[in-house]
Amino acid sequence: MKAIEVKGLTKRFGQFTAVDQITFEVEQGEIFGFLGANGAGKTTAMRMLCGLLNPTSGYGKVAGFDIYKNTNDIKRNIGYMSQKFSLYEDLTATENFELFGGIYGLSRKEIKSKTEKVFADLGLQAQRKLLVKSLPLGIKQKVSFAVSTFHSPKIVFLDEPTGGVDPMARRTFWEMIYAAAEHGITSFVTTHYMDEAEYCNRISIMVDGQIRALDTPSNLKREFQSESMEEVFHALARQAKRSGE
Amino acid sequence: MKQFFSFFKKEVYHITRDKLTLSIMLSLPVVLLLVLGYAISTDIKNVPFVVLDETKSILSLQLVEKLSQNKYFELAGYLHSSSEIESHFQKGDTKLALVIPSSFNSDMLLSEAAIQVIVDASNPNEASTIANYAQLMIQQYMQTQARGQAPLAPIRTEVKMLYNPQMESTYNMVPGIIGLLMILICALMTSVSVVREKEMGTMEILLSSPLRPTTIIIAKALPYLIVGLIDNVLVIALAHFVLGVPIAGNLFLVFFLAFLFTFCALALGLLISTITDTQRSAMIASGAGLMLPTMLMSGIIFPISSMPDILQWISCINPARWFVAAIRDVMIRGVGLVEIWEELLILLGMTVFLIALSIRKFKNRL
Repeated sequence: MKAIEVKGLTKRFGQFTAVDQITFEVEQGEIFGFLGANGAGKTTAMRMLCGLLNPTSGYGKVAGFDIYKNTNDIKRNIGYMSQKFSLYEDLTATENFELFGGIYGLSRKEIKSKTEKVFADLGLQAQRKLLVKSLPLGIKQKVSFAVSTFHSPKIVFLDEPTGGVDPMARRTFWEMIYAAAEHGITSFVTTHYMDEAEYCNRISIMVDGQIRALDTPSNLKREFQSESMEEVFHALARQAKRSGE
Repeated sequence: MKQFFSFFKKEVYHITRDKLTLSIMLSLPVVLLLVLGYAISTDIKNVPFVVLDETKSILSLQLVEKLSQNKYFELAGYLHSSSEIESHFQKGDTKLALVIPSSFNSDMLLSEAAIQVIVDASNPNEASTIANYAQLMIQQYMQTQARGQAPLAPIRTEVKMLYNPQMESTYNMVPGIIGLLMILICALMTSVSVVREKEMGTMEILLSSPLRPTTIIIAKALPYLIVGLIDNVLVIALAHFVLGVPIAGNLFLVFFLAFLFTFCALALGLLISTITDTQRSAMIASGAGLMLPTMLMSGIIFPISSMPDILQWISCINPARWFVAAIRDVMIRGVGLVEIWEELLILLGMTVFLIALSIRKFKNRL
């Protein structure tokens, strides 16, 4: 079974086609980079995959569930982390885990043992009783990722997960993604950092609602005869007719 | 259910950790009531009064003497014609006029005598106190008379309130305070708390989790509902036991109306949270869109009947109008369900409609 399977997925808002016939597959345990300039349609596509938005047409399966009919099953099997590292600031990290563990229906015992494990893995024993708002950005980001994977989802959707943090923190964050991939968790990542794109197993680049390129980073670089992903991205993004935002 | 409790627990954390807001929400009813309690000074002293004595008898003289010989009233003079009453009131040198008709003496010996008590009601609270005291004095006079000689006919006092015949008083304010508080706590606080999730980006996370939108709405609204209900009880208890506001009607009906309006306010708050995206705009929308109409267009401050027709029409879509009318009738006038069924039905209809609409809109936003 593929983690994500999409054929001709389209979303129109009135006359505007935000997502135009996209087709791709993501393997289980893969780290899939979902790239595109602002306004290219990434967020809309992601919302459809997360079961937040009904597609206009096309076919799609996430974690084996139909994106039209089984959105609830999809939601149970995915994790989502937004660019704001959305945690509840007036709750402690532990309480955030308890909340999301409860929402995903984990038992009290599971929540407790998982929380212990997460704090040990992240080396955050000292911060477990602190309110999230008093934590530094880099740590918030780690906690946020831990929250989104707390219920061991099949796929985790990461919407610009590294915005605003320093290169060192970004590096350790990607190590977390790799660790999750080793446990079989598929990562679906959007990012604007092209060095991060290189860390992905495969990437797709969206322009004007369509996927214009989809391959491994090294294959793409060869195809576009570029030195870096940066150049590949610019070569494609320049074709855009829509302006970002 | 487990989901719901985890989420509810988090909402309770939000509220209890924001100590300032929580203490405001719980102390506001006390403060509002006390401010109003001080605003009504029930003590009157040396209130100047004038007399238009058309009989000039011993009985009427005794009556006037009785009234002026205590610390509450002070005789400001006799009038010669009824046309002078108005000018004295206008000048403000008197607050009370006693009109003793020429037939007073003979009526008193025969059947029932009538005295007209005219009060300047531009300050309604003071006016009702003055009228009550004056009536009490007159009754006392009658009783002392009855003890002395052959019993006389009772004196009937006709009280006429000038300038504010409807007597909008603090008693009438209590229902208004409940309305305002509910809008403030249930509508404003709920809308801000939902919109905060949008602003912080946590709403996206919640929506992409298996939580159902209805669960989110209920769990978010419930804590504020509880605070609102506590405040309802607090206001009514304080008003009754501290300020001595009478609760003439059925207490159960009073609470039922208050709780119904609380739900209505909650639905309005949820509706606002579906149409606004920032905490600031939610605050402005509930402040200008709900607080102002609740204060100005519900009859709390200005009587609906004295508004221009068009505003009267507009006030019909204001749930607070129906709530204030109904709870006033029950609390102050002591009427039952039969007399307020119309208001109750309208309020109930509005509440159900608003709840359905806000849940629908909330789902559509996904």
